[in-house]
Amino acid sequence: MRAAYSRAMSSPAPLLIGCAAGFSGDRTDAAGPVVQALVASGRPAVLIFETLAERTLALAQLARRADPQAGYEPLLVEMLAPVLAACLRHGARIVSNFGAANPAGAARRIAALARELGLPVPRIAVIHGDDVSGPEHRALLLDRVGPALEGRAIVSANAYLGAEAIADALRAGAQIVVAGRVADPSLAVGPAMAHYGWAADDWDRLARATMAGHLLECGAQVTGGYYADPGLKDVPGLARLGYPIAEIDADGHCTIGKPAGSGGCVDEHTVKEQLLYEVHDPAAYLTPDVVADITAAQVQDLGADRVRLSGVRGHARTATLKANVCFESGWLAEGEISYAGPRAEARARLAAEILRQRLAGLGPLRADLIGVASVFGDDAGRWLHATPAGDAQDVRLRVALRHVERASAERLTREVTALYTCGPAGGGGVRTALKPTLGTLSCLLPREAVAARFSWLDERTAP
Amino acid sequence: MIDTVPLWRAAHGRTGDKGNRSNISVIAWHPALYPLIVEQITDAVIAAQFGHRRPSRVQRHLLPNLHAMNVVLDDVLDGGVNDALNLDSHGKALSFLLLELPLAVPPALRPLLRGPAA
Repeated sequence: MRAAYSRAMSSPAPLLIGCAAGFSGDRTDAAGPVVQALVASGRPAVLIFETLAERTLALAQLARRADPQAGYEPLLVEMLAPVLAACLRHGARIVSNFGAANPAGAARRIAALARELGLPVPRIAVIHGDDVSGPEHRALLLDRVGPALEGRAIVSANAYLGAEAIADALRAGAQIVVAGRVADPSLAVGPAMAHYGWAADDWDRLARATMAGHLLECGAQVTGGYYADPGLKDVPGLARLGYPIAEIDADGHCTIGKPAGSGGCVDEHTVKEQLLYEVHDPAAYLTPDVVADITAAQVQDLGADRVRLSGVRGHARTATLKANVCFESGWLAEGEISYAGPRAEARARLAAEILRQRLAGLGPLRADLIGVASVFGDDAGRWLHATPAGDAQDVRLRVALRHVERASAERLTREVTALYTCGPAGGGGVRTALKPTLGTLSCLLPREAVAARFSWLDERTAP
Repeated sequence: MIDTVPLWRAAHGRTGDKGNRSNISVIAWHPALYPLIVEQITDAVIAAQFGHRRPSRVQRHLLPNLHAMNVVLDDVLDGGVNDALNLDSHGKALSFLLLELPLAVPPALRPLLRGPAA
């Protein structure tokens, strides 16, 4: 199959976009069945991987500091190796933000992977411009974020790019597009823009493709993942979930489906849950590309695991781009110990009280009684306080605190361990963890301060 | 007298988070149940259910086309994923706290409910 990326006289065949990852660390065997379905369709097709949650990029930046070749998606090779040959052979383009903090490094690794697999090296485009951590942007960030940024040890600063540079790269013939921070739905909007030749101010179509991208961007969350509730919301085959494929028509309306024979389900309810996921005002879902409005959206169950989304409207994009600045913020210390049998809950509550006294003055300490109250509660302990003491027989105490100083945070881990000899009777299974933490500050940058563009992979360039 | 059922028998939902803000969708299992949800699961009822988390604002966005509402709760995540001490720092489980609210359902609509009777 050949994707018709140039404006044809007749309108091009509908575009299929499959999504094989919804976060960094997603199932690496997801792509195989998606690519099989794309190839079998014989239609123009794109495979996307979405692997960048808010903080993933900061973690990638830290990895790159330790190793200049690193800083892209750690599972890059595991994700691509099973499907790269089929995608290249059948003309399915690959678009992803798996470049994270080092898109050029990821592109080089993909070129190397192609050689290892005995494939011709594909035309790989690298998206630039999202990284605003350099000195040339520092004054602007300080101005836009404000005093909260002063004195911070900045780890990463990235603007959310839109779909235009992705579309440009595809129009120029890219077989693979490697980005860092782009808005998740833009991974789908870029290919649709390129395929249909939409203008960058075709607000309704961009908004529709944006919501198609929104349905795709969390992978299996639209095909029955994160949905099952036995007896109420049963989902077949969760261990072999099919990842989503959207068919996007020339007006941007989409139909969501999944590979035939795969596990999971796509119905009006799975689609509605994902449509509203992480949306605030449904009349104004903001992305770099458009302001999408789903207040008049229609979700139509076509049966056989196919659902059509229509009625999405678009408004002109905003004049600014969101940027996230991540900085080192201190340490998180956690500790756990289990109690079982007669009076287990009373012993766990006593252990929590001992820790409160031993760690007094270090800052807020959270205590959870896993098996009694540990999830809905607030950090201040109002929920736990309101939970009457009971007689639970299998309880795990979990405590946590944050501190800017490592040595202070570490005291929690030592005190939990000391419960072995100094705490209530029968405590067992101590586990402790001490982790550095990142903080995030967001701001809006003027578009003109962010220069999004693509370049071809140049393997001669040193990292 | 009209019996109440837990909201999860009339609707389902999913939680999302951005910073210190949580959004929870409430999606009716059947269009005929949607007006009951809009009428009874009000801002004030939701704010009370999440009282221990001290929401600074509770806002419902109604989507009658989808028979759904999007509930946005500000400042309920103890600072969000970077700052909260909760194991569930995203607040992913919070949809189930909302879906525990009672809903009065007249007998004629009860056949539309999902799941086992409590």
